[in-house]
Amino acid sequence: MKMLPGSFSNLRTRGEMVIPRTLARSQAVRRSWPFLLDLIVASIGLAAFYGVVQIARLWLGRAEPQVTLSLEPRALPLYALYSIVRMFLAYLLSLAFAIGYGYVAAYSRRMEALMIAALDILQSIPVLSFLPGVMLAMVALFPSRQLGLELGAIVLIFTGQVWNMAFSFYSSLKSLPRELTEASAIYGYSRWQRLFQLELPFAAIGLIWNSMVSVAGGWFFLMACEMFVLGSRDFRLPGLGSYLQTAASEGNTTAILWGLFTMVLIIVATDQLLWRPIIAWSDRFKFEQVESARHVRSPLLAILQQSRFVKRMRHVTLSPLMDKLYQREAKRGPTHVTLDDGDQRSPSALAQIVLGLVIFAAVGYAAIQALHLLHSIDRKEFGLVLGGAGMTLLRVIASLFLATLWTVPVGVAIGSHPRLARIAQPLAQIAASVPATALFPVILLLLLRSGGGMNTAAILLMLLGTQWYVLFNVIAGATAIPNDLKEVSRLFHFGTVQRWKTIILPGIFPYLLTGLITASGGAWNASIIAEYFRLKGKTMTAFGLGEQISAATDAGNFAVLLLATIVMALMVVTINRLVWRPLFRLAESKYRLGA
Amino acid sequence: MQQAIIRAERVEKYYAQPSENRIQVISPTDLSIVPGEIVALLGPSGSGKSTLLRMLTGLSVPSGGQVYWHEKPIGQTEINVSIVFQSFALFPWLTVLENVEAPLQARGMEPAKRRKRAMKMLDTVGLDGFQHAYPKELSGGMRQRVGFARALVVEPEVLFMDEPFSALDVLTAENLRSELLELWQKKTMPTQAIFIVTHNIEEAVLLADRIIVLGRNPGHVRTDFRVALQHPRDRKAAAFTQLVDYIYKVLTQPEAQPPELPRTAGGKRVRDQRLMSYQMLPHARPGGIAGLLELMVDHGGKADIYRLADDLAFEVDDLLPIVDAASLLGFLTVTEGDATLTPNGTEYANAEILRQKEIFREAALQHVLLLRQIMRALEAKSDGSVPEEFFHDMLDEQFSEEETLRQLETAINWGRYAELFDFDAQRHRFILAHVAEPAVETHE
Repeated sequence: MKMLPGSFSNLRTRGEMVIPRTLARSQAVRRSWPFLLDLIVASIGLAAFYGVVQIARLWLGRAEPQVTLSLEPRALPLYALYSIVRMFLAYLLSLAFAIGYGYVAAYSRRMEALMIAALDILQSIPVLSFLPGVMLAMVALFPSRQLGLELGAIVLIFTGQVWNMAFSFYSSLKSLPRELTEASAIYGYSRWQRLFQLELPFAAIGLIWNSMVSVAGGWFFLMACEMFVLGSRDFRLPGLGSYLQTAASEGNTTAILWGLFTMVLIIVATDQLLWRPIIAWSDRFKFEQVESARHVRSPLLAILQQSRFVKRMRHVTLSPLMDKLYQREAKRGPTHVTLDDGDQRSPSALAQIVLGLVIFAAVGYAAIQALHLLHSIDRKEFGLVLGGAGMTLLRVIASLFLATLWTVPVGVAIGSHPRLARIAQPLAQIAASVPATALFPVILLLLLRSGGGMNTAAILLMLLGTQWYVLFNVIAGATAIPNDLKEVSRLFHFGTVQRWKTIILPGIFPYLLTGLITASGGAWNASIIAEYFRLKGKTMTAFGLGEQISAATDAGNFAVLLLATIVMALMVVTINRLVWRPLFRLAESKYRLGA
Repeated sequence: MQQAIIRAERVEKYYAQPSENRIQVISPTDLSIVPGEIVALLGPSGSGKSTLLRMLTGLSVPSGGQVYWHEKPIGQTEINVSIVFQSFALFPWLTVLENVEAPLQARGMEPAKRRKRAMKMLDTVGLDGFQHAYPKELSGGMRQRVGFARALVVEPEVLFMDEPFSALDVLTAENLRSELLELWQKKTMPTQAIFIVTHNIEEAVLLADRIIVLGRNPGHVRTDFRVALQHPRDRKAAAFTQLVDYIYKVLTQPEAQPPELPRTAGGKRVRDQRLMSYQMLPHARPGGIAGLLELMVDHGGKADIYRLADDLAFEVDDLLPIVDAASLLGFLTVTEGDATLTPNGTEYANAEILRQKEIFREAALQHVLLLRQIMRALEAKSDGSVPEEFFHDMLDEQFSEEETLRQLETAINWGRYAELFDFDAQRHRFILAHVAEPAVETHE
């Protein structure tokens, strides 16, 4: 019989003490199957190892000039594995970079303004317009063509994922409670101890939620990368995206269905085996002082936490490592206790001037080269780009409008009826996680067969990719409307119109706005694929900015590509400042519930 | 005379403004902490108590002057102090044991030795058995015990406490106070001095061997005296209540001798905040003022502030702003810790609500410069509205940003209550009251 942890020995004397829920359940699990759990963990480890071997074999092998894809269902697990590995590596890279970037931005007074402004702009630049450039560059850099393409895909996904995580970490650091930082300072925490015991745990929940959003977005880009064909050059990578595209191209319905099934399976598995345990684990990082009523439960987490193997690993590797690190830091001597204002650690002025000059020179050179390139564009092409921008803007507005039209009623319904929510929410989450780009070839095929045009398809794709942001935000907004407001409406017999006008719409406004802002950014990005697509050897287009970008890529017209990308980035940033920001400020001041 | 463990020599704190002004938070102050005593730092809010504590512990760098640790400048030596925080400052994701071990981890102690020391300390504070609990499972009193355990586990030479009991209920606070005294008197801890910042006068008299009272505008030491009472100290004893009364007198008495202000580097005198244009509005609401005055009418128009605070179970911080506001408006006079209603104040307390507003309006216009200026500006404009930023910029010259916002908030509250003007929160504008009202039909 195992020794109960200390907190239970007082149960008899402290009857009113709260028993942590997870502990109670895991007590039962622990008593029954210790060995089985170890076995499970060990087999997970073994499977991971096998996967690594397979990946290495692909990446470092000699590249084929043309990728041949097998449409056999048997090949699917391997393709799925390739796609997953790319996502995973890109995510790890993004996480490490985001933490670093956020850290520097939060603590370096001089760099802070610049870094945050850069974040804002980088977030608005359409990632997919870099696809051709990055791929070409990577292929040229690496002898093994396959490795180059893989790295290109990873870099591209990274560019799409990292910014919101960096911003989340940065804002967590800026909102650290004062007394905790003072406690760390007065008790002599080294920088590392502060990072691991204060900053990362405090930022954990934000990082986790942003990671979920980033990974979902990453799938979107990954699918696009895997399908990528540039003119006559085939840059496709073996994976789920290219599988689905090939299947759609050849009209092989069984293959399409298998592909979609695998996709959904991966999504569900990621949700159950990865996100739910992590969210359940992140409960301990909540900075509230009271136990909240709802807990996300995860059996997998319970298994891992109770597994003796995992405990031993941590005891043998992680803890001694941390202790050695802290000991080394402690030997360094007394740490600076001061927290104060005033740049205590500013690097030498000379180094800063030199760095500034170098950056200035580099930026200046690049700017001049870019201007040169743009100079070669004639008026007609210029006009096309601007016209295209207008068309795409209309499409974005249309997709946002359609999204709002259906998500607001549905979202409010789900948010107001918890029972409905319990059924609808998991379904919506699965539907939302399926990347629209993977579905696009299929949808296009169906639309063509039924006689629809590329214009409709483009709007549909934009809608599919972004409506979920709006839906989830509206649901969150509807649940956040306080009950007493709803009671007032019942008490005074508000009609439906009055209820919507005075309570529901103002209540969800801030959330709706957040959803729309994200959706808008996503829609612009999606336009690059949505307006220009290759199917069965033919290129389908709809006139727009995305089409301009893709067409220029295809023709190798880098001048127009640069111009169109700049125009798109400018449009997103301008709309941000002129439309979304003022609305956001309105939402924050007038429509915010609570003090 | 023992050598001081910590000695502050003419430490001051100010914030420089873009204009020539400086906002002086703490004027040059000398302070020393010698071994073997508990020092209490008392003062109303805004007197810079917490800032002073942070300068003494090295968390904050003084704008002028120097702090010495055993006669060495504090920035250049390793100091051994701990702080117990008002809101406990525990890490929610670490267990009680891990929270207490963390400072030892920072010093590079081995796991086994750490654990032993931490467990022993938890035992001392009475938390044996809770080592694997998380802070959110514990009550406030238990959390503060963890705070104490963590502070004492590093065996600090000086233990600092920043209003450690103010977030706890009265009974738990009593309990912890007596346990602290026990630990101190039995010399169970190697700590040589305790420095406690508080706004609770009774707590200071209960615990301290020496009491320092701060005044504000800017923060400075008003008095520093020894407490010769024997432990255990009885709250009801005459000597005790006399001491508390004396401190109330000190706190409510206007300055006999204002503190000297330093000169800036260029030799210009720093502007004396008390002589500057705007008096600082006490942070009190009209409702609170009305309540106090009505209470005083019940007491026969005269009350001892100490007794009033006792009756209401108010702390200094809660009551003094209301008393200050009432006396600013001419409803009260305060002498030697006693408050007396003026005829105006009696009328106010006895009137019904509309008349109360009228009286308040007259008093406000007569005594509060800021409100007079706002009214004049509003009357001068044809549309009867003025942007908030106009007054913000003027107040900014004199007060810190945070204080400026609070002054504006107080002024808006008083102005709205007195029906002098209204404030449009969305557009940040003051609007003249009669403009906001719809036109009223006169009936014959």
